[in-house]
Amino acid sequence: MAEPAGSAVVYGRIVASRLRGQLAYRTSFALDLTAQAIGQTIELFVIVVVFTQVSTLGGFTAGEVLLIFGLAACGFGLADLCVGQVERLPEYIRTGEFDVMLLRPLGTLPQLLSADVALKRVGRLGVGLAVYGWSLARLDLAWTPLRALVAVTAPLVGAVVLGALWVAANVVSFWVVDGREVANAVTYGSSFTTSYPISVYGPWLRRLMCYAVPGAFVAYFPALALLDRPDPLGLPVALRYCAPLVAVVAVLAAGALWRQGVRHYQGTGS
Amino acid sequence: MTTDRIISTDGLGRDFLVGSRLRRRRVTALRDMTLQVDRGEAVGLLGPNGAGKSTAIKMLTGVLVPTAGRATVCGLDPVRRRRELAHRTGVVFGQRSQLWWDLPLRQSFDLHGAIHRVPAAAYAQRLDECVALLDLSGFLDTPVRQLSLGQRMRGEITAALLHAPELLVLDEPTIGLDLASKERLRTFLATVNARGDVTLLLTTHDLPDVERLCRRVVVVDHGRVLVDDDLNTLRERFAGNRTLVVELTEPAPPLAGLPGVVDVGVQAQGLRQRLEFDRRTSAAELIADVARRVQLRDVAVDEPSIEDLVRTLYQRS
Amino acid sequence: MLAPYPQLIRAGYRRYAGYRQAALAGLFTNLVFGLLRAAVLAAVLAERGTVAGYDLATATTYVWLGQGLLAVVLLWGNTEFSDRVRSGDIVVDLGRPWDLQTAQLATDLGRAGAAVGIRLLPPIAVGALFFPFRWPAWPLTWLVFALSVLLGVVVSFAIRFLLSCTAFWLLDARGTMALWGASSGVLTGLVVPLSWFPAWAQAVLWWTPFPAVLQSPIDAFTERGDPLGLLAHQLVWAAVLLLVGRAMLFRGIRRLVVQGG
Repeated sequence: MAEPAGSAVVYGRIVASRLRGQLAYRTSFALDLTAQAIGQTIELFVIVVVFTQVSTLGGFTAGEVLLIFGLAACGFGLADLCVGQVERLPEYIRTGEFDVMLLRPLGTLPQLLSADVALKRVGRLGVGLAVYGWSLARLDLAWTPLRALVAVTAPLVGAVVLGALWVAANVVSFWVVDGREVANAVTYGSSFTTSYPISVYGPWLRRLMCYAVPGAFVAYFPALALLDRPDPLGLPVALRYCAPLVAVVAVLAAGALWRQGVRHYQGTGS
Repeated sequence: MTTDRIISTDGLGRDFLVGSRLRRRRVTALRDMTLQVDRGEAVGLLGPNGAGKSTAIKMLTGVLVPTAGRATVCGLDPVRRRRELAHRTGVVFGQRSQLWWDLPLRQSFDLHGAIHRVPAAAYAQRLDECVALLDLSGFLDTPVRQLSLGQRMRGEITAALLHAPELLVLDEPTIGLDLASKERLRTFLATVNARGDVTLLLTTHDLPDVERLCRRVVVVDHGRVLVDDDLNTLRERFAGNRTLVVELTEPAPPLAGLPGVVDVGVQAQGLRQRLEFDRRTSAAELIADVARRVQLRDVAVDEPSIEDLVRTLYQRS
Repeated sequence: MLAPYPQLIRAGYRRYAGYRQAALAGLFTNLVFGLLRAAVLAAVLAERGTVAGYDLATATTYVWLGQGLLAVVLLWGNTEFSDRVRSGDIVVDLGRPWDLQTAQLATDLGRAGAAVGIRLLPPIAVGALFFPFRWPAWPLTWLVFALSVLLGVVVSFAIRFLLSCTAFWLLDARGTMALWGASSGVLTGLVVPLSWFPAWAQAVLWWTPFPAVLQSPIDAFTERGDPLGLLAHQLVWAAVLLLVGRAMLFRGIRRLVVQGG
């Protein structure tokens, strides 16, 4: 069967060929990039405006909320860059391109993700990195090796969690024609929810986001680990370091859901 | 694992549920298709629109799960071992492209080669051969989206063959092409098949495709297989009468009353006449009979067209 | 010639009313974001009882109205018009015996009319049933609100029309649409009430047409500010933007004709 290393080379080549195509349209790319950056800045803007009116939100100060926001934005930006293509699934199904993917000796999800690379999403990631970096510097944290490890891996692990979440959400397009809107609600909803401390939300919404949809592990818990401060919700300290485990479970669940979706597609026809 | 039975289906069928939630009905797109295709064969799947040809192809390539019966292609279950099967088959859709739209054709080939792990030497050799036979050199570096339909189809077939598949499946490959392009494609496919290493399965509306390429024809209509037989045998069993076309030196009244002649048609004010005669009559004898009556300038014998053959088959179903 | 426009309104209405599944999907998004935004604003108000005159009821009303009006004003339109400009199909529309901008406006009004029932009422119902909700205290407010929504639709249409016209020059309006999509949430008062902004920002924004799209109708409903002034602001901007749109269309067509498409 397929050796992972060889497959990676193939996907790499596919992605490289898409990249070359992207950079050809300069102005369009610049505009899109700006739009992405602005889009990410909007929520930042909201936070800034909110903090002109209050001094704490959900038990966190402005600097702390910005750390959470920055971390979430990095995770979102990375996920968007790598997994963002999954939202085009309904389009590929409709045009018959998905059938073409079934005819290749490759997995359908990797093909979908590498089918195009929207470089413009770097705009979002850029804003995220800027805010995250600035927050880390400004907050004057007590650095330990563990904390440094968390600081570096949290965006990556967060991206994996979000990516798995999006794949799971977009699987709905195998069943429902207008699934994209629902999937987008999950995608952009997750961006929104992860940007704020979860202590802001009511108890049932929180339970949804801690356990069902593990958005809290993208930014909230890692931020608590970095800030080394008590959790206003009083949740176990161990949860702050559980993100990698959650990511693994999320990926497995998303993969299983995807396979189900493909099987359904093959079972019902286009 | 090589097997000589390339395609083997047993009662293959597919139902669809159509309609909105309130008015759902079950539509049978394909029913009870039992087909055996051996290595090296060239089989044409013929049928009108909606006959079930594309559904059959999808089930054979693992895109669709059968709701009845089984299919085995190259010894594999198409749905369960989709990726393995993809290495052994090449598929060309007339209306959907497997090439990368905005990349130069050559790069699409490269990617195909990489995806199928084709060794460099074999890849180069096969590519050169296809380039030569299909005359691709003029547009190898043109982006696929800028190619004409004919050029694109030549590209698609090349891409499908680069990994030396055991089975080449073509779904309406000549649709929309001009005559010259169709002929070039047919010649190429016939050459490839004649060498014995690639089995062909071809769906088409275009009867000359079948005449040129396929020794065996499977006719499908309304989801059912009407006939599965050798092309010549089909002609013998279902064919209509032949027609003798005579060109005369001077106009003559219709040549009626000749033995074996079923119908006489007159053209060009009597200068050309079409004499339909039954299968028991020998063309040579009929020509002699005609020559005794009038002076002939030229003669030709028309076989019954495949159109007639197929029409007869549809009518009988 | 008045003839085609009422029919266009009706056609716009019918067309939108037909997309039931898409509307449901859109409502789901509204529900999700309504919940999330309401939660954040509630958290802010938990720290401080009222902010800029917004108490909890007003804030949640603001959120649910915003979500409901989003589809009515169609803040983020589609690229149909600019696609037609890019492909050149626009000449077909121009050849018809109507005024193109008015025809598009008529269709959009019909669509908005259908959206009121399908997309505005459900979020209001959710807000009113499950959240603290501030209903209008005076009967006249309903009239002001209706007029304000109508004007909001027109202003939003005019903005979208203008942006689509950039396709005549840029070949592809997707970039400008993306920029509008990214920034409109803040500028129109969808994400945060504009009165929560610093004073200078509010002053600047109210010199632009953007608050007229969403903040104005919401303010009308929640009875903030002077209703006549609010409507006047919307009316003036509607007129100005429509006229600028006509001018852009005219120049755009001339460019198209001169350049040969």
